[in-house]
Amino acid sequence: MEVGVGLPNTLKGATGDLLRTWACTADRGPFRSLGVFDRLVYDSYDALATLAVAAGLTTRIRLATTVMIGPIQNDALLAKAAATVDALSNGRLTLGLALGARKDDYDAAGVAYHSRGRRLSEQLAALRSQWEDERIGPRPAQPGGPELLVGGLNDSAYARAARYADGYIHGGGPPRAFAAAADKARTAWSDAGRPGQPRLWAMGYYALGADEAEAGTRYLLDYYAFTGPFAERIAAGLLITPQAIVQFIRGYAEAGCDHLVLFPTTAHLDQLNRLAEVLG
Amino acid sequence: MKVHVLGGGPAGLYASLLLKQGHPAWEIALHERNPEGATYGWGVVFSDRTLTELREADPMTYREITDAFVLWDAIDIHVKDQLIRCEGHTFAGIARRHLLDILQRRCAALGVGLHFDTAIADPDALRHDADLLIAADGVNSMTRHQHADALRPQTEQGKTRFIWFGTDKVYDAFTFIFKESQYGLFQVHAYPFDATMGTFIVECTEETWQRAGLTETDEAASVAFCEALFVDHLAGRHLYSNRSHWLKFLTLKNARWSHENIVLLGDAAHTAHFSIGSGTKLAMEDAIALATACEQYSDLPTALRVYGLGRKPRVEAIQRAAAESQRYFEHVSRYRHFAPLPFAFNLLTRSGRITYDSLRQRDPYFIGDVERWFQTAARAANSDGYAAQPLVSPPAVFTPLRLRDMTLSNRLAFAPVRDYDAADGLPATRQRERLIAQAHGGAGLVLTEPLAVSAEGRITPGDAGIYRSEHVETWSRIIAEIHGASPAKIALQLNHAGRRGSTRPRSAGVDKPLRDGNWPLLSASAIPYSPANQTPKAMDCADMERIRGAFVAAAKHGAQAGFDLLHLNMANGYLLASFLSPLTNRRADEYGGAPENRLRFPLAVFDAVRAVWPADKPLAVALSATDWAKGGTELADAVIIARSLKEHGCDLIAVHAGQTTIGGQPVYDFEAFAGYSDVIRNEAGIPTLATTYTTTTGQANTLLAAGRADLCLFNPPLW
Repeated sequence: MEVGVGLPNTLKGATGDLLRTWACTADRGPFRSLGVFDRLVYDSYDALATLAVAAGLTTRIRLATTVMIGPIQNDALLAKAAATVDALSNGRLTLGLALGARKDDYDAAGVAYHSRGRRLSEQLAALRSQWEDERIGPRPAQPGGPELLVGGLNDSAYARAARYADGYIHGGGPPRAFAAAADKARTAWSDAGRPGQPRLWAMGYYALGADEAEAGTRYLLDYYAFTGPFAERIAAGLLITPQAIVQFIRGYAEAGCDHLVLFPTTAHLDQLNRLAEVLG
Repeated sequence: MKVHVLGGGPAGLYASLLLKQGHPAWEIALHERNPEGATYGWGVVFSDRTLTELREADPMTYREITDAFVLWDAIDIHVKDQLIRCEGHTFAGIARRHLLDILQRRCAALGVGLHFDTAIADPDALRHDADLLIAADGVNSMTRHQHADALRPQTEQGKTRFIWFGTDKVYDAFTFIFKESQYGLFQVHAYPFDATMGTFIVECTEETWQRAGLTETDEAASVAFCEALFVDHLAGRHLYSNRSHWLKFLTLKNARWSHENIVLLGDAAHTAHFSIGSGTKLAMEDAIALATACEQYSDLPTALRVYGLGRKPRVEAIQRAAAESQRYFEHVSRYRHFAPLPFAFNLLTRSGRITYDSLRQRDPYFIGDVERWFQTAARAANSDGYAAQPLVSPPAVFTPLRLRDMTLSNRLAFAPVRDYDAADGLPATRQRERLIAQAHGGAGLVLTEPLAVSAEGRITPGDAGIYRSEHVETWSRIIAEIHGASPAKIALQLNHAGRRGSTRPRSAGVDKPLRDGNWPLLSASAIPYSPANQTPKAMDCADMERIRGAFVAAAKHGAQAGFDLLHLNMANGYLLASFLSPLTNRRADEYGGAPENRLRFPLAVFDAVRAVWPADKPLAVALSATDWAKGGTELADAVIIARSLKEHGCDLIAVHAGQTTIGGQPVYDFEAFAGYSDVIRNEAGIPTLATTYTTTTGQANTLLAAGRADLCLFNPPLW
């Protein structure tokens, strides 16, 4: 299993300087990817634009949206932007897409919320078509386009991943929750007659250090406030010790995860260094 | 802090005493509309885990409750005049009256204000007089009705009728009785609640209830009817009614369990079918959860939120299991033809919470009996000539299965792995290696990729086929290798892609048309599979003749190559499936419209293939149990199709689902797929291959021993 780290693009106090330094440092560290979140109605940096900057500062590390809210984007423009980041990063983009759970993001983008499932299916098909269309450049560096993942917990998400994408990305939780989702993703894959196995990505949250846990919890409660009481459950899963992180990584590896991205919850560069030490 | 509690049942009483114990300064008043000492219902059952929680919550009442308990660890199943006993399940029972006494005394001692005979007409007025209103006022909660907009209750009515009695028959086990009568099947759920009395619930379908003329009976007549029906079992003992009426079970869920200063507890918040446990157990666990939350968070809104947050998912998990159990009892006559042992095993594993592996731990002798029975039945079906009964047997999954003259050494069919590397229909080396590895790896059955009946019947240019003599030669070499070195059998999956043909290999997605070199497509009707796909031609009679000929020729090739089983694909939206579903078949001729018309062409192909496929070799059909789409094929339709296929000589149904159209709401759930296989197997009376993508032999054992499938598609994640 590969392990990546999140860029703090949705964290309060994350300056451009911090994000750039973070990307450069991560590229030299034990990490295999830089992940970004995506949210419109929130004080956060745009997912693909952030990755484009990271692309220019790094040479090795994968650049992943984990995940982007697909349906609020225009298909053709998203395809072009993703192809651009992929081309400029020499094929390092992983594009994770999902529905998102926040109606305010749809309202702000002027996109209908109720038909978002169908929109995402159409978008996934449209992305692949455009990446193959010779008339519209740039040509993505990865053959067939960036690695494409679908997220979501509804059973339709597994079907979408199997039908249109290269794999499935899980939204967080204990390893056994991932294992159950992974079984479904594999079943859908096999059922759709896809060759090989789906790529399985997952993510978790961490906060290392004495005062960080509390700040991290505050961030998660705020970021997930729209889920109501569920936010507390997410916050309760915050990984706050090296032991918890090691155990979490092992649990995911055993459940068959291919790539796990660990997200910081406070915008401090030492979070990156502390995680690097844990990973060794 | 002032608290009003509505309802003097176990939920209200236990919550009151726990809160008062934790916060002696709180003023707690409990209001019960019935007089002191009045109670309805008989006994209450607790499990191990609940007892532990009761001990931690309040040791005083725990001691009194456990002093009054009767304990037992067996489940008795009376079916077809046989008794099957399974041990190792811990239960504890107590009379509801006795439990309420204990709780009331403790409440009074702690200083909870108990107001009996106090009907509260307007709970909302009460909540304005208090900091917290605990609504433990039962399934018909007035409080919930008043705040239905915020709490959003949902109810669902069960399909059976049941009636709740007490009995002086002494039980030493949780007892199920299945009794055939001239009106239909009746079942009893009975258990002891003290040293002399038990609860006795009688249940039957609505139809049976009506046939038995029970629609107008009063309490006395109901007692008389049930005493007469179970006279042998009761052996002189009696049934007692206590406001006993024939009811339909109401399952209640609430989107929210609290609103402002109101919180729901017990039956007011949720109900779960009586066959899986007691509402009292859930109610008292609710009270513990609420008291714990109030202890941890002094801020009331947070405490109420934490209570709902922690408790709701656990109750919902029990409600899911209860729903499975309820469905089992609604359709239990489906399993009437089962022998007592598998009937009992199926009953015990009905809700998905108890499995083959957990039963082996609880009662290894019971599982030993089940395994010996399974092997005995398999031997009888396999007519393998053994005279004596087996004394020791392997687990169900390693018991041979015979279909016609083919015997599989075990019940695992390994899921095919696809690679789309065939050239001109010739299978790639990797396919050969994969099949041999699976055969050597212990498969009972290995399945080819779908092999096309013709070049035009391929899904992608990378598909293998069986339409040229080179194909036959290659396959006969592969088959010889498999047969030479392992007992595994090999199935030929025969397919015509129909409107899903002429697409690219599925490495980057499914149903993507070829960039160039597309070939024309055929289907039942001229509807493309997706907007991106080519519109197929609606088949005319000449097309049907030709396609049937292609299937026949391919079946002959398959026989010549030496395949053991032929597996005809009528699922997942391919050519034959396109005739079956009303979503994809809009024909106005004799091949469209009514279900038997839609089946006509697939059945004609089946008959033609059966005629040329060797009589000693089995023929299977892959069928979609449901299209997962509105207006499409549903499970009941699939049962009818499976029955017709059986009449025409089909030996096995591989139960698939979905992919008929690109719309539809898929369900990737083990229990759901197991359910499809169960219904088709036991309603159409035909062996099934369950495509649950089982990943452990334990799962497969449960499915097989419960009679939900005869073979399992096996797909461990790490090959």
